[in-house]
Amino acid sequence: MLSIKNLHVSVDGKPILKGVNLDVKAGEVHAIMGPNGSGKSTLANVLAGREQYEVTAGEVIYQGRNLFELAPEERARQGMFLAFQYPVEIPGVSNIYLLKSALNAIRKSQGHVELDAMDFLALVKDRMKLVEMPEELLYRSVNEGFSGGEKKRNEILQMAVLEPKLAILDETDSGLDIDALQVVARGVNVLRSPEHAIILVTHYQRLLNYIEPDQVHVLVDGRIAKSGDKTLAYELEKQGYGWITQEVAPAIA
Amino acid sequence: MNPNSTAKETYLDAMGVAEKGLAKAPSWLRELRRDGASRFAEIGFPTPRDEAWKYTDVTPIVQTEFKPVAEDVNGIDPARLEGFWFENLPSHRLVFVNGHYSEKLSTPGAWPKGVTVMSLAEALRDKAHRLEPYLGHYVPEKIHGFAALNTALFTDGAYVHLGRGTRLAKPIHLLYVSAGAADPLLSQPRNLVVAEENSQAVLIENYVAVGEASYFTNALTEVVVGPHAVIEHYRLQEESAKAYHIGGLHAHLDRDGRFTAHGIDLGGRLVRNDLRSVLDAEGAECHLNGLYVIGGRQHVDNYTHIDHAKPRGTSREFYKGVLDGRSRAVFHGRVVVRPDAQHTDAQQVNNNLLLSRDAEADTKPQLEIYADDVKCSHGATVGQLDPDALFYLRSRAVDEAAARDLLTYAFARDVLSRLRLEPVRAQLERNLAAKLRVTALHQAKEVFQ
Repeated sequence: MLSIKNLHVSVDGKPILKGVNLDVKAGEVHAIMGPNGSGKSTLANVLAGREQYEVTAGEVIYQGRNLFELAPEERARQGMFLAFQYPVEIPGVSNIYLLKSALNAIRKSQGHVELDAMDFLALVKDRMKLVEMPEELLYRSVNEGFSGGEKKRNEILQMAVLEPKLAILDETDSGLDIDALQVVARGVNVLRSPEHAIILVTHYQRLLNYIEPDQVHVLVDGRIAKSGDKTLAYELEKQGYGWITQEVAPAIA
Repeated sequence: MNPNSTAKETYLDAMGVAEKGLAKAPSWLRELRRDGASRFAEIGFPTPRDEAWKYTDVTPIVQTEFKPVAEDVNGIDPARLEGFWFENLPSHRLVFVNGHYSEKLSTPGAWPKGVTVMSLAEALRDKAHRLEPYLGHYVPEKIHGFAALNTALFTDGAYVHLGRGTRLAKPIHLLYVSAGAADPLLSQPRNLVVAEENSQAVLIENYVAVGEASYFTNALTEVVVGPHAVIEHYRLQEESAKAYHIGGLHAHLDRDGRFTAHGIDLGGRLVRNDLRSVLDAEGAECHLNGLYVIGGRQHVDNYTHIDHAKPRGTSREFYKGVLDGRSRAVFHGRVVVRPDAQHTDAQQVNNNLLLSRDAEADTKPQLEIYADDVKCSHGATVGQLDPDALFYLRSRAVDEAAARDLLTYAFARDVLSRLRLEPVRAQLERNLAAKLRVTALHQAKEVFQ
């Protein structure tokens, strides 16, 4: 599904990613962990197509195509979804309008018929149960005046409605209480299937108590310093990131 | 001699002719007209040297000989006006063509007891004494030459008198139509609204054109808001692309009076609106909402002046603009809080969205506060679309052009959402959505619930 080879990315001329290699196959859940400033969010954003990021070397192949030839909206239409770490407030654009525009744009480009208002609403109401979000939030402006938890639930609602082939969650778990964390986990576990792939970018291990990843990668200073199965996450929980940082330090130096 | 002397001479000549026709008019009216004429002779047209006209050059108006139109006003087919009325909005409809009341095109309907609404020209013929205490009293003497020109030569307009405790259930829709001709025409509507104690009404001033001709509208409205009276005023300016529009709206508020003015500017080549509101008694409240959506070489200047003269007044100004092409917008927000006006609460916001590199917005808040126990704030911005919001929409499969249109629409709609008349709001939202190629957003809630 996604193949990242030797990816180098700079922001404002400063190298952030320094040779990331990662293969994600359909049906897999990958967790990308790492200390602050290691480049986790940069990786998530560059995959979604945010403009400020400059790819200086390497390539990313998504479903057989060069990802960097696709505009952000094109990536979304090809089934990619980024759950934002800081979802943007958009005054004046209602949540439900955005959801419907997004869903139908994706359906259209994938050769499906667009949903009418009735079918669409039925689908949304079904998915809202999953995220335990009050219906009233559908008719409000996108994320405007939402609490931190509501914003994250809204991201998960969008993911549940759009059913992306590749979902990237950028620290969706940070700042959440246990209830909201379980909502996020439920959203991911419902999406999880042989056709879908999921990348969880997270600083903490606790989300992984609810979602069992197939692989865990530790990003340190712009490179994947260590990969393993879920036990790697437990180790990080117990020992912190220090031991990996030290382990890779000689290699970097 | 200054360069605007030719047009000025023409208007002065017209004033001389008009003077002769005033022989039978009451002396106060003759004097009012004469004062206007002599003030115009004295100050002429404003120039960019005048601080209040720094960004707005009226040379094109000064250099064109606009001709006032004679009385023949029945030449428009009523069917051509159909599109100007709002769907689902029953209203008292008064139509003015090139500055003259058209009985044939108007459907004023019945008025409740205590309410008088009629053509101003007719009112000045038949009941001038009722207008004497008001007409011309609320326009500052030396505001500018255009106001003086209107006072000297106004043709017609609406006279609205709301007696004590009267309430109009339906809005008054005043439609000012400019109907093109080979020669550039001048129309000078003048309106007077007197709302006595505890009365209430909604007025719509709607400036439109039939055809694409160049013309000049020089309009002036005085609104007298009595104690506890509530007036909501809409000024919808949809002049032709070649039109010049100078508008004045002068409100005077008595104790606990409430005045709301919505000004929407979509048309016109060169537009200047002066909006002045004097809160002249305790507890008066004034809300001004403005929206301008312009492109090409359009120029729109909103000059607002709120005068807090007495204690416990409230004023809110909320102006937003969308500028494309080589258009230019000016916002001037002057707020004066006089020494006596303690506990004034004044807020002012002006936000401008530039869609093109060649568009320009000049925004100037001007607060003059002479009282010490007041709450006043202002904020002005000139900027582009939020890149984070754009990226968010694009990451949700909305293509870039559509995302830009959508954000622009949402920005502008913020002002429209403040219009209380739902049919007017809905129509303007539809117009705006069509202009910005956004579909059905305005009815998102209705569609999905």
